[in-house]
Amino acid sequence: MKKHKPNSSGWLFDPINPNPEDWPIMQLAKDRPNFLAEVEAFVFNNIKESFKTRQDLNDELASVLYQEKIRLKTNLWSADPKDEKPFWKGIEKKMLDIESPVNPSGRYKEEDVLREIVHRYVHEIAGNFDLFTYNITKSLVTQWMSRLLNAGNGKGISGLWNIRRHLHDRIHLLGEVELIRKLAKTDTVVMVPTHFSNLDSPLIGWAIQSLGLPPFLYGAGLNLFGIGIFGYFMERLGAYKVDRRKKNSIYLETLKAYSTLSIHRGCHSLFFPGGTRSRSGAVETKLKLGLLGTALEAQRLNFEKADSPEKAKRIFVVPVVINYNFVLEAPGLVDEHLKRAGQQRYFRENDNYSTSYQLVWFIFKLLTASSEMALTFGRPTDLFGNEIDDEGNSLDQHGKKIDIEKYFFSNQENTQDLQRDAEYTKLLGKDIVKKYRTYNYIYPSHLVAYVAFEMMRKKYKKLDLYSFLRLEEENESIPGKEFKETIELFVGVLKQMRDNGKCMLDVRFDALTVDRIIKLGIRHLGLYNTKRPLKVKEDGSIVTEDFTLLYFYHNRMEGYGLTKLIQ
Amino acid sequence: MGKSYQNTTVGVIGAGSFGSAIANLLAENCDVIVFSRRENVVAQINSENKNGAISMHPRVKATNSMEEITSKCLLLYPVIPSADFRKVIRSFAPFLRPDHIMIHGTKGLDIHALKGEELSAKTAIPKEKVNTMSEIILQETVVKRVGCLAGPNLSAELNQLQPAATVIASHYDEVIRAAQETLRSKRFMVYHSKDITGVELAGVLKNIIAMAAGALSGIGYGENTKALLISRGMVEMIHIGQALGGDARAFFGLAGVGDLIATCSTKQSRNFTVGYRLSQGESIEEIMASMDEIAEGINTLKITKGLINMYKMRAPITETIFKIMSGETTMQKAIEYLMLYPFSVDVDYI
Repeated sequence: MKKHKPNSSGWLFDPINPNPEDWPIMQLAKDRPNFLAEVEAFVFNNIKESFKTRQDLNDELASVLYQEKIRLKTNLWSADPKDEKPFWKGIEKKMLDIESPVNPSGRYKEEDVLREIVHRYVHEIAGNFDLFTYNITKSLVTQWMSRLLNAGNGKGISGLWNIRRHLHDRIHLLGEVELIRKLAKTDTVVMVPTHFSNLDSPLIGWAIQSLGLPPFLYGAGLNLFGIGIFGYFMERLGAYKVDRRKKNSIYLETLKAYSTLSIHRGCHSLFFPGGTRSRSGAVETKLKLGLLGTALEAQRLNFEKADSPEKAKRIFVVPVVINYNFVLEAPGLVDEHLKRAGQQRYFRENDNYSTSYQLVWFIFKLLTASSEMALTFGRPTDLFGNEIDDEGNSLDQHGKKIDIEKYFFSNQENTQDLQRDAEYTKLLGKDIVKKYRTYNYIYPSHLVAYVAFEMMRKKYKKLDLYSFLRLEEENESIPGKEFKETIELFVGVLKQMRDNGKCMLDVRFDALTVDRIIKLGIRHLGLYNTKRPLKVKEDGSIVTEDFTLLYFYHNRMEGYGLTKLIQ
Repeated sequence: MGKSYQNTTVGVIGAGSFGSAIANLLAENCDVIVFSRRENVVAQINSENKNGAISMHPRVKATNSMEEITSKCLLLYPVIPSADFRKVIRSFAPFLRPDHIMIHGTKGLDIHALKGEELSAKTAIPKEKVNTMSEIILQETVVKRVGCLAGPNLSAELNQLQPAATVIASHYDEVIRAAQETLRSKRFMVYHSKDITGVELAGVLKNIIAMAAGALSGIGYGENTKALLISRGMVEMIHIGQALGGDARAFFGLAGVGDLIATCSTKQSRNFTVGYRLSQGESIEEIMASMDEIAEGINTLKITKGLINMYKMRAPITETIFKIMSGETTMQKAIEYLMLYPFSVDVDYI
């Protein structure tokens, strides 16, 4: 795959729409009142239609009210609006009024209550894009990331331009970026990246900027909006709020409608379909399909509302795989993963991450060491997982153009069929998971972690994973010669896999000798983690300071069926 | 929800005995076009309302044009032997659109990657290489709305207008609805299931047990032996089916136990007949050469043996039948072996 070089302004590409007025997200912000009204009406009608009788709707409203009251009692956040309690009190009063036998004619109807709740939710979710904030954040993120990667060595005057250039030495943007740029000019792009680290959001935001794409719309956890200045910025970057505490049907409908209609209006969007960060360190294998489904519904609406099918905007999915040599929060993540998966079988002894010595060490490394990242942008597909040609036309398995509008047709009519579309979304999810594997960019650090862990694990086949992870790290080592032979074997196999399009490989696998690959891999692996996942002892043998951390990084290469190569 | 498929024109791909039976059932609710590559079959259906000896409903017409059947029919029922399934579906691919629905009635498996390779008793086949018919449709065409039809549906009895029932399995409500609108009549009940893999596998794996039943019948054994075979055969089907990703429940329905009882009792079943003739000392080559339609069980047996080798499953009935078919053992020795097989729990799968 081609490596892209930065242009004179330090970005990889010129913007596809130089004028911010042309950005879909700007247009949405300008038309905000109308848009929100549209979302409200859309949700209101959808919900009203799904309940056959007044009583059904009444039951649903009562259940929403009940769940909200529990939330107010047990789980209030600082990001919650001040008038939460009075609002729901008011709703409760109206509900009682509706059911009161004294007043059967009723001042209120279920519909009024529904409208009121939907109105509140829509305004709670809605983001508000602001160009000024966008520009400030852009440069803050660039500087901060260069600090983290130690890329911006040029001090003072050479400033931003240099930082950007250096960042591109460290952050590799790979894949089908020209095609994505081309499609984003005329149609709508939905990016679905893997999610490993809190770094992902600023990183992908920066990457989108560097590719010359206008800002993307994305959903962010409501808890983040509660963090002072952070919330201020998020709100103005066009992020909409997702409150994971609210699981009631009306809220979820509203959230989906917000996403559906903004994509329908042409806003490029970004979801992390894994939901949250990968706890195990493995590439996602199960996706949350809710938001992915909104892209499909938006595509259906695009066809339904267009004057002619040719004029309907198409929506393309771009899988993005983000690869790091290190994940800052790895120890915490893998701990959570093991706790969830192993329950009582897993307990961690002497957790001493917070000693001040280690903290100093961490900051020292953060400021001195260097690292790198790779973002692979996969080839866009349509929402049915079909390949597309360079004009964005969908192609069937045999290369023939297909008319995707017909996926929404049932016996000659465009029909809304949620069950059908949920199945399409499942298929798309499976397809994205497969693509994640093939776009996984393997670094030497991933390989050494995988091989070292599997070699150590092999010795204790009879132990379950949890007992294995509790072994004393000091007692385990791999002789240097054996390790090298196994790495050599793997490099050969990985190259074959790359040639067959099963994964991607860092260029250094071709350029370096096996010894250098090992050295580099071990040096880069878990760079910022306080305990080293791998070290070389003086006698050349390979040891680890932390099995669970090694396990985390090893998981990155799970799922290719490589275990059988270990002797 | 879209308009009903009742009284539209519906297509059947394949004019074998089962394809003809399906076409006749559909004709009670819709106009039907049957696709066959054989010109004499097309001509006979169109001029005499007959396909060989089978009378065809006057609403059934035939064609050998893929373009005609795909442009006139949005709902298609492929009923093609599994050995040709991929080839035929691939040749239809250029004519298919995303709004086509396909409900197949083929009870067989396909191995995609082993073309030309001869299967031996030792071949190990990973399940990734084995596909059900609905998977072939998804792999080869733009059609996503697929379903399958399975159950005790012996063609000859259907063509005599005897009452019967079938199960339609699909992930899509729309596909199930379309099948019910077009197939259901006063002589044909249509049940439904969301577990398409389970239903497909139940229909496929029962063919092996049907061969075994034929063999037992051929050497003159009676009802005790047959009942033993059917109940232990069920256990084995479920065991293999679960390993391939099917849910056990499908095996208790029409597609599993229903179809098993029907095919284990009659020479109308081609698979039963193969077993019967094997026990009479005929070789598998002789049997295959003299049958005018393929017995799916033979192919299924080979593939299943490969899967058993790969995953080291315990499947004594399947393995024994395979040995008889490939001439490695005699009927008598095989039965002795099975009767002395280490006993185990009666039912351990629920």
